[in-house]
Amino acid sequence: MAIKKKDIATTEVSSGSISSKQTEGRSQGQIIVQKFVRHRVAMAAVFVLIFIIILVYTSSGIHLGTEANPIHISGWWPLYITDIDPEGALASVCNGGMTGCPTLDLFPEFIDGSPMQFGAHPIGSDVIGTDWWALVTRGTEQSIIVMIIVGGLGIILGTIIGAVSGFFGGIIDAVLMRITDMFLVTPTLILGAVIGSRFGNLGVVPLAVMLGLFAWMGLARFVRTEFLTLREREFVDAARVAGASNRRIIFKHILPNAMGVIIVSGTLLLSGAILSESALSYLGFGVRAPDVSLGLLISANQDAFMIAPWLFWWPGAFIIIIALSINFIGDGLRDAFDPRQIRTIGKKAKTIKEAKA
Amino acid sequence: MMTLIVLGSSFLSYCLMAYSSNPLSVFGESTEKNKEFLKLQMIRELQLDVPPPLRFFLWLRGAVSGLWGQLDLGTTRTGYEVLDVIGRAIPITFRLVIASTILAIVIGITIGMVTAIRQYTRFDYSMTFISFLLFSIPVFWVAVLLKVYLAIEFNNFLMSPTIPIEAVIGFGVVAGGIISGIIGGTRKFYFSMLLGTSVFFSALLQLASVTGWFLNPGLGIAGVGILAIGFAVMIVQLSTGLANKRSLIAGMSTAAFVIACYYPFQLLLNKESGISTIFLLFSITITAACFIGYHVEKIDKRVNIRTAALTAFLSTLPIVLDRFMQEFNGYYNSDSVHGRPVPTLSQASDVLTETELSNFWFTGLDAIMHLILPTLALTLISFAGYVRYSRASLLEVLNMDYIRTARAKGLNERTVIMRHALRNAMLPLTTILVNDFAGVIGGAIITEQVFGWKGMGSVFKDALDMYDLNLFMGVFILGAVLTIMANLAADLLYGVVDPRIRIRK
Repeated sequence: MAIKKKDIATTEVSSGSISSKQTEGRSQGQIIVQKFVRHRVAMAAVFVLIFIIILVYTSSGIHLGTEANPIHISGWWPLYITDIDPEGALASVCNGGMTGCPTLDLFPEFIDGSPMQFGAHPIGSDVIGTDWWALVTRGTEQSIIVMIIVGGLGIILGTIIGAVSGFFGGIIDAVLMRITDMFLVTPTLILGAVIGSRFGNLGVVPLAVMLGLFAWMGLARFVRTEFLTLREREFVDAARVAGASNRRIIFKHILPNAMGVIIVSGTLLLSGAILSESALSYLGFGVRAPDVSLGLLISANQDAFMIAPWLFWWPGAFIIIIALSINFIGDGLRDAFDPRQIRTIGKKAKTIKEAKA
Repeated sequence: MMTLIVLGSSFLSYCLMAYSSNPLSVFGESTEKNKEFLKLQMIRELQLDVPPPLRFFLWLRGAVSGLWGQLDLGTTRTGYEVLDVIGRAIPITFRLVIASTILAIVIGITIGMVTAIRQYTRFDYSMTFISFLLFSIPVFWVAVLLKVYLAIEFNNFLMSPTIPIEAVIGFGVVAGGIISGIIGGTRKFYFSMLLGTSVFFSALLQLASVTGWFLNPGLGIAGVGILAIGFAVMIVQLSTGLANKRSLIAGMSTAAFVIACYYPFQLLLNKESGISTIFLLFSITITAACFIGYHVEKIDKRVNIRTAALTAFLSTLPIVLDRFMQEFNGYYNSDSVHGRPVPTLSQASDVLTETELSNFWFTGLDAIMHLILPTLALTLISFAGYVRYSRASLLEVLNMDYIRTARAKGLNERTVIMRHALRNAMLPLTTILVNDFAGVIGGAIITEQVFGWKGMGSVFKDALDMYDLNLFMGVFILGAVLTIMANLAADLLYGVVDPRIRIRK
């Protein structure tokens, strides 16, 4: 139990001495960036996320537009989800007759008896011979689009509504918050399913836009609370006395101070968006065939898990990696924006502890 | 105010649903001769000639008459009363959701608190990582993994229930690691603790494997006794500390009473018994515990009663569990199970015989076995959130001035944590807890889908698939009412947890 007390003493003392050395002569933004960059897990998550996005978009290419005038830019991966290769799938058989097994073999010949190879379908193909890497990267692409649109719309709408509500107060606040409550009472998945069952077949962008229009409520509440406290502060009075307009006070004075809350709950919104997109697609209310998304790929192949596990592992792995990195980034951002928290990880924390003990 | 909000949001969802679906589209490709007639019939039946915003008020008229006891939510497309359909589905969903929510709350808050107390330790880092991971996994993905590795593999394993020695040791080390991580201490203590607990758990598992325990499980009086004494020590340590002799006596004599009741209770727990017998058991032990707690000391009666009653409650649980376990062999060998006791689909076995249906323990065990997988899936997914919230909340509280004051007064760590920190840390958690109970209807849709349960989730999916507006609104209004009740409950709970609010009222 003695250790416990020491821990607390350490955090308090270190926040005094170390932070002043670290923050000398730096702006608020620089301190936050520096704190974030020092958060090793969060930085690793940033790199993983960027790597995944680049990998996915370059390999599958960019495919947008409507059926009448599509925009297609092919990626470096030779196959697309419309290319079917039944012979290739038949050629690679395992698990007692299951076709389309992964051809990737990372072990050299002296370990498992077959030579190291990449093959035509390194992570396998589905029953009719569509390359699984093409499907998974295309699905990830769609999920990322949904995530960005839903998250972006949610953040923008939530910030505006929360800011207006918190800043002006009074009747505007009451009305806006009752509307927010109204949306909050409706369970998210139910709302999503209704939207999805209508807009799912229009393609991924309209679906994402519609979902985004109903994703702002939680964030709006947080932003409102933040604005309620910030608008009573002296610097707001000072700005008003200096003759600043409401718009200027909101955007130039209060919003930068509320950025922490917005960014942190925004990242949570993003990871929530990718999970709820996959859940909706899984239920059949999200992205529809012939287009693909990660949730759709899992739901279509879950029964084949015992005989064709690769159809199940890869889409799931992509969802988890993306959601996990966003959650870690969110955690790092939260620590970076929290002035009370001086996180010292690993060796450094130990040396500080020992020095103070 | 809340009524207005529900009115608004039900209007919104009614219109959203009505405009987003077109029930007439099924006729688009129909080649039937009386297509036009069928179309007209459907328009008549669903009142499609009334525009949705107005149709909402037709629906509302039925819903509002609930106020004077004639609730009418309309009929489904297939001709059943919406109330009946929902009434059948609610108990099923609640069974699933309540079990998993309680489990998630208990485990999640415990782990969250422990990680906060042991901040920046190995245990903290690993639990933080695990909770982040579980936070990012879709529930249907976990469900498929559980189906394969827990149900199918476990059923296969039961055919020849011997565990390979590597698995025994691996399990022992993991279990030991968790327990010694929670207990903590110096490095030397940690590793000796790890070694001891690992050997203990490995030996226990090996014993179970050798004696064929998995096919014929049970705790026996020895298992119940060990658990009861363990619970008594745990409760006493958490509430007053083992140094308090009187408290320890109260806890221990309660445990002894429960152990002494083991054989008499077996007579009560026969084939004719039911849920009321279980209540009877609990009331016997808890009454006895209150009696013990009252007489063990002249002062501080309340604390002792609380300790004894909690011990009695926890140590009666193993007796009931033991009774269910005794039924397992019969269940395993029965015709409806075919030696595959962990099912992957549906909420109950369909083909039970008359004698089996009349046996409470048999049907109960059947329900439990069906509950295992979905409960585990839901618990795994939702407990991560509680870990995060309770960790953050307790850390915040531990940095407060009054905690420092409490320590400065010379209070021991247990009192500081249990009395001063924990209560204040629970405060922000109550809102989250209560809201989660309300959100469960939506949360269980996917889980029900994966495991083939016929609860609210499947009703809701049917409503969407069949464009069944009345059914949809029935599900919706239930969710909304639950949310409102949850908010009310949160306000009341705040008063219980936070005395300041009570005073202000």
